[in-house]
Formats: sequence, C-alpha cells, structure tokens
Amino acid sequence: MIEAIFFYLFSAILVLSALMVITARNPVHAVLFLILAFFNAAALFVMLGAEFIGMTLVIVYVGAVAVLFLFVVMMLDINFAALRKGMMKHLPVGGAVGLVLLGELLWIYKGWTPSMFAGQGARAPMPAGVDNTHALGQILYTQYLFPFETAGLILLVAMIGAITLTLRKRGDVRRQSVSDQVARDPKDVVKVVKAACGAGVEL
Amino acid sequence: MTLMNIGMPHFLCLSAVLFTLGVFGIFLNRRNVIIILMSIELMLLAVQINFVTFSSYLHDLTGQVFAMFILTVAAAEAAIGLAILVCVFRNRDTIAVEDISTLKG
Repeated sequence: MIEAIFFYLFSAILVLSALMVITARNPVHAVLFLILAFFNAAALFVMLGAEFIGMTLVIVYVGAVAVLFLFVVMMLDINFAALRKGMMKHLPVGGAVGLVLLGELLWIYKGWTPSMFAGQGARAPMPAGVDNTHALGQILYTQYLFPFETAGLILLVAMIGAITLTLRKRGDVRRQSVSDQVARDPKDVVKVVKAACGAGVEL
Repeated sequence: MTLMNIGMPHFLCLSAVLFTLGVFGIFLNRRNVIIILMSIELMLLAVQINFVTFSSYLHDLTGQVFAMFILTVAAAEAAIGLAILVCVFRNRDTIAVEDISTLKG
C-alpha cells in the first residue's frame, strides 16, 4: 500500500515535470524541471533496490548534465520566443505519433509477463546478503571490466572533443606568450650605441 | 496488472509514458536544439528505467551495469551536443534547426 502511494507520487511528479520540460516557455524553467524529473527517477530507482544507480543519476545528471544545459542556456543570447513560433503547427502530427507510440507500448505491457525461465539465464545473478553497491562493484571490475574501460575511453574522447570544438583563438585580445618571452635573445633586441659628443644618435 | 500492487508492468508503463513524452518533445520543439537535446535525455532516462526494472525483477545485475553505461553515453552526448551548439551559435548567431542547412548546398 505504502509502496503504491510512493510509486504514484514519484511517477506523477516525474511525468508532469517531463511534460513541463517540453512545453515550458522559458528554457531555464525547462532545465529546472529536468532536474526535478531526474530526482524523482532517482527515487524510483531506490524503490527498485538500485541505490547505486539512483545516487549516480543524481550526481551525474543533476550535478553535471543539467548544470551544463543551464550554463549553455544562460551563456548564449538566444531569442527563444522566435524559436517557439511554429510550435502549434507541429502539435497535431507530433500528438498523433506520440499517441500511437504510447498506445502500442501500453498495449504490449498491459498483459505481458516475463517467461518463467527469464531469470534462469542471468549473466550476473544478484548475490544474497550483499548490498547493491557492493554487488555491482564485484561484477563491474571483473566480468564487465572491458566495457567499463571502454566507457572511460568514451568519456575521454567526449572531453577532448568538447574542448577542441569550443576552443578558439581570439584576435582582439593580447595574451602573454611565455615561450616567446623566454626565447628572447639579448643579441637581437639590445643595441649598444656609442654616442659622439654633440651629435645625435640614429636609432 | 492491478492498480495497488506495484509490479513490473507499472514501471514499464511509466517508462513508456516518459519515452513518448521525449518523442513528443522532439516533434513539438522542432526549431530549438536545446529542448531537443533535453528530450533525448528524457528518452535515455526512460530506457534506463526499463533496464533497472528488468534488472530488479529478474534478479540480474547486468541491467544495472548497462544502465551505468547509458549514463556515460548520455553525459558524453550532452557534452558534445552542447559544444557543437555553442560552435553553431558562434558562427551563425542562431540555433534554429532549419537555418543550419549549409551542407544541403
């Protein structure tokens, strides 16, 4: 009973905030509703017994991805009112596609139950008496070591890609160039002139 | 599927609703790349809920490991997508999708 109440509470907030993300007039509000949606999804993950994924969701999505969105929305000077202009034109097609997709998915899930053999072929059965984080760590660094390292590589490539894409040389600022300063040779830049008495010096 | 006895179908239906909202968001905000990227994040979240649900009810941890990989890919996708967005905005002063058609010739 209490489980049902919490499930409906969290999922109602999740669905409503997702709806607000796609319909919000102000994109900053959209990002904040996205954060609310992630928090509620994390709560649902905790309900499912996946505490580690839930906490990672909060840290990665709320702490990194949503803040990145917020940063970009605030940094770029975009006329969002102009971008919303044709919105109502796409509503019928989008609504029709969405309703068909939703109807099909719900129709499948309504009466579907997994086969009784579904749990038997488990590649990583949950060990008894070990908490979620511990069990996940045990298989992540043994059975799934290669995918784990590949995921790290993907993050590295994404980081280098994001930096290379956004790094630019600006022409309108004067920057200090340490290597040029260190490589400066006195022979090239200092000129000793013996000035004759009463005569000028040509520079 | 009963209303008060929470089980696998409830979570699967929730993720279906969330995924549909993501698809709907892409249709609704066809001009605004930022909202489209956020809709993609919502769809990835729906997929993640599916993975964790199956993992939890079938007692197989693999689903949770793959949910973590989805998290990785979502973070990388957001970083690259927003970097491309910043580049496009610097060059063209707009992020409307139909204005970015230089490659069409």
